Amino acid sequence: METSELIEKLVLIVVLFAVTLGIAAYATYFERKVAAWFQDRIGPDRAGPFGILQPLADGGKLFFKEDFVPEAAEKWLFILGPGIAMFTALMTGSVIPWSTNLTLFGQDIALQVADVNIGILFIMGFLSIGVYGIMIGGWASNNKYSLFSAVRASSQMISYELAMGICVIVVVMMTGSLGLREIVDAQHGMNWNVFYQPVAFVVFFICALAETNRAPFDLPECESELIGGYHTEYGSMKMGFYLFAEYVSLFISSAVISTLFFGGYNFPGMDNFEGNTLAILGVVAMFTKTFIFVFIFMWIRWTLPRFRFDQLMHLGWKSLIPISLINLLITGLVIAFNEGWFK
Amino acid sequence: MNTMQSLTDRKKVVSKKEMTFMEKLYLPAIIGGMWITFKHLFRKNNTVKYPEETREFAPVYRGQHVLKRDEEGRENCTACGLCAVACPAEAITMVAAERVKGEENLYREEKYAEKYEINMLRCIFCGLCEEACPKEAIFLTDRIVPSNFERDEFVYGKDRLVEQLNDRIDITKRQHTGKRSKI
Repeated sequence: METSELIEKLVLIVVLFAVTLGIAAYATYFERKVAAWFQDRIGPDRAGPFGILQPLADGGKLFFKEDFVPEAAEKWLFILGPGIAMFTALMTGSVIPWSTNLTLFGQDIALQVADVNIGILFIMGFLSIGVYGIMIGGWASNNKYSLFSAVRASSQMISYELAMGICVIVVVMMTGSLGLREIVDAQHGMNWNVFYQPVAFVVFFICALAETNRAPFDLPECESELIGGYHTEYGSMKMGFYLFAEYVSLFISSAVISTLFFGGYNFPGMDNFEGNTLAILGVVAMFTKTFIFVFIFMWIRWTLPRFRFDQLMHLGWKSLIPISLINLLITGLVIAFNEGWFK
Repeated sequence: MNTMQSLTDRKKVVSKKEMTFMEKLYLPAIIGGMWITFKHLFRKNNTVKYPEETREFAPVYRGQHVLKRDEEGRENCTACGLCAVACPAEAITMVAAERVKGEENLYREEKYAEKYEINMLRCIFCGLCEEACPKEAIFLTDRIVPSNFERDEFVYGKDRLVEQLNDRIDITKRQHTGKRSKI
């Protein structure tokens, strides 16, 4: 690997890391603001103008809290849990293509940290590992509420990953590739997957809500039953990592939804631009779509009540999986018909 | 069969009918709910930014007491003790004294309260002292008794209860609550 390429990738990684963390930090602020608007309140407005320094104040507070490990806890796993949650949440961002290639200093720079040809599998894999952070943290706390929460989280993940995977397969079937770059390029202009696969989009969206443990599927951490669930025993920045990881995965999920179904960095009329202008407009388009989804996630959270656990299981196994399977079958038949299999 | 008249018009008969297909989909109901919350985005908020803005108290608000002076600046209180008798929390104590020559500009009548104390921790702010007072001497105002770390700081003596000559406390709101027609 050439030195220039190494530097390019390093810069890209650092930028992505910083941007993801920054957006996650401001997602916490934005969440509180959105909640306030929906409830006819003002929200945080004391730290800085309009309260924009609130995330810094929150983070600073968490750092200065006492960092303790409960006596009965499994010490190393207790420390490992939030680390895994944060690590996996951040890793998924690495394969998402943020825009077309940017030309800087005579170099063609791909705005994607790693263009692996199994991109979407990579994301699914890391999303699945993400539940280990919750499971290990919940188990190591040696608290019955945390354990309940860990059990709930894992069974919820397993139930919803199936339907989610089938929806991804539908998209992959239409593109013929697992690489995210190819999936996005196939949706050139306004040729977005959501117009061909609305059912897959709805199912995928519901599953994404469940995978990120957001309301109405926030059973692992439901305050009214489990006192906060897997992070009951956590304090200081360890708890901050869990809360933060949730917002990172909220951001990444929104990015994945816009990549798979809403054309990623594609936007109508993109053929009129080229080169760096196109790349920058692509970034803008990508982030606009992502933020719209972040907002919709929050909108749903502050509207819908939480599911009961049996309802959650019924919805996952009895509704979403059959719907996505039928959708898969129909898509397969249509593709086969178009390829001339029935002639 | 005894049919009781319903007290409100919000009575609802519980029905256990099967959900229709559209209802089972849940999506129409979810979108309806999201529309309701969306409308709240554009609603004006009701927040009062407290330390900067304060909400005006209702005229019937009962806060910290004041011992009034008359127009010439003489204390109204004659230490009759009716407020202390009326007080259900037994928060009021007083010591009476006789007015001597030369104090006519300080006290309105021949007898006055040498010491007058209200224990604000005992007081339940019911306003019965105000109703019992025949001399229009004690009133509850819209001021809030501030919090404190020391218990004995809550026993308010005459230094904190009697209004200052140059800083009269307005009690007209209390006079117009319907209980009193004239002063």
